[in-house]
Amino acid sequence: MSIESMREAFGKSLVEIGKENDNVVVVDADLSKSTKTEYFKKIFPSRFVDVGIAEQNLVGVSAGLASTGKNVFASSFAVFETGRAYEIIRNMVCMAKLNVKLCATHAGLMTGQDGATHQSIEDLSIMRSLPNMRVLVPTDAVEAAQMVKYMSKESGPMYMRMVRDDTKNIHYDNYRFEFGKAEKIKEGNDVAIIACGPMVEKSLVAAKILEVDNIRVKLYNMSTIKPIDIDAIVDAAKNTRGIITVEDHSIIGGLGSAVSEIVCQTYPTRVIRIGVNDEFGMSAKAEELYAHYGITVDSIVKYAKEILDIDSEL
Amino acid sequence: MVDYNDLSKKAKNIRKNVIKMIYNAQSGHVGGSLSCIEILTALYFGRMNIDPQNPNKENRDRFVMSKGHSSPAIYATLVEKCYLLEEELEGFRQFNQALQGSPDMLRISGIDMSTGSLGQGLSAACGMALAAKMDNLDYSVYTLLGDGELQEGMIWEAAMFASQYNLDNLMAIVDMNGLQIDGSTDEVMSLGSISKKFESFGWYVLEIDGHDFDQIFGVFNIFDKIETQPILVLANTIKGKGVSFMENQCSWHSKVPNTEEYAQAIEELDRRTN
Repeated sequence: MSIESMREAFGKSLVEIGKENDNVVVVDADLSKSTKTEYFKKIFPSRFVDVGIAEQNLVGVSAGLASTGKNVFASSFAVFETGRAYEIIRNMVCMAKLNVKLCATHAGLMTGQDGATHQSIEDLSIMRSLPNMRVLVPTDAVEAAQMVKYMSKESGPMYMRMVRDDTKNIHYDNYRFEFGKAEKIKEGNDVAIIACGPMVEKSLVAAKILEVDNIRVKLYNMSTIKPIDIDAIVDAAKNTRGIITVEDHSIIGGLGSAVSEIVCQTYPTRVIRIGVNDEFGMSAKAEELYAHYGITVDSIVKYAKEILDIDSEL
Repeated sequence: MVDYNDLSKKAKNIRKNVIKMIYNAQSGHVGGSLSCIEILTALYFGRMNIDPQNPNKENRDRFVMSKGHSSPAIYATLVEKCYLLEEELEGFRQFNQALQGSPDMLRISGIDMSTGSLGQGLSAACGMALAAKMDNLDYSVYTLLGDGELQEGMIWEAAMFASQYNLDNLMAIVDMNGLQIDGSTDEVMSLGSISKKFESFGWYVLEIDGHDFDQIFGVFNIFDKIETQPILVLANTIKGKGVSFMENQCSWHSKVPNTEEYAQAIEELDRRTN
């Protein structure tokens, strides 16, 4: 597995779509070096807008640009873009269905040593509850690039959530992202794992460990959180003994909640949600945080065995 | 040459429709709607390059009603300008009708931006004005703000932005009626010198009587001459203007007239000569 940065892939993809489409405008809030919109800025300075450290205005200006027909990509860190600007996203972008793609980086505990203020663990919950908003979470750089291309061709509000650190690519360049469809990565009928973001790679490792014990995992990469792939969730609920969701996000309102909502209505089964348990993060290295908050390969293995009533030695 | 008498007649019709709409709906913001009528009348009938027959033409001037709760004023103006039918005013705030409590661009042609939550319109106007520059189009963007609305922090983010990007095609007009829900703007949260604040942010600032067409058009002339700076117009107005018992009364921010008050308001407006 190669290691790559989804932010890098995002920045480079913006340049590609910028070459194809004169209408693409990129807006940032003094973080272009971190969000990697700086690549677009370098090639298309007249179509790059820096609003300074002002996320509310970031979204408001984006709404104005979009109202004139611009295809707007607005970037900042996830916690500021969705939190500080939430109500502008709601009232200007979503209500009016304006063509603004909010592409946030530095999501989740993976943001690490910057600490709780910078670790966005509520953004999926916030964005998912907004009418007209579509929510995407790339699992790796290859998928992030695919999503940018997809977004550039579609109109209306969308949110894409990226992480800061380089991540392992589980996809090759020939991968094609399909909006609204979960990607089935492994087929098995014992336990289902539904994951998003870099947690898909962790889940893949867990699935391989479980295979050693002859436990077959059905693994889905749920890269579209909204609209969520109901068929995949029903398949997971019907054809396995239980579901584990894995996300670097609060277990309240994110992927785990979205899956549980569908399961309750369609085919009730046990769902164990792995994520942050209604608490804030803290400053530490990402892997230390994942270990502390129980978002680990070991947790996934343990819960899979629990669902199957097998004593786990962990 | 603009005929001020004609504009005064239009303003009178618009005011009457504001009252009718709010009375009919038994809901709506009357005070701040009546204070901005001359400004809207001047913009829509003497200034903006817009065409109701072609509401989406690319190079049209844009208007953002940042103080979206004053929607009755913009709806009545759009009726006068033939974007809306007068009958549609009966749907104001009613089930499944176009005229929402605050302007909705998806439901009404002639509305350039959905607004209603205070403090957001100036940012959107900035985005529109910047788009004109990116596309080498020569349209202008006008936005109407409430003075109380300036208390929102996002206003100042946008104020910085507008001068940073030399948005000389942007005019922000503040409807300075001096009152907000809890009292006078000075009592609730004084803005101090708004003109000094905006000037220090790089804006060209003018202060006028917001009910005087001559002064409003004077501002438009200056706007045409200003280069590289956005322009802010502090338009001194009277909340509830035109209806004696509503004027300068905080209580009429969003009160609905009863039957007698309604009749008196319409009668007073009919009697007005300007």
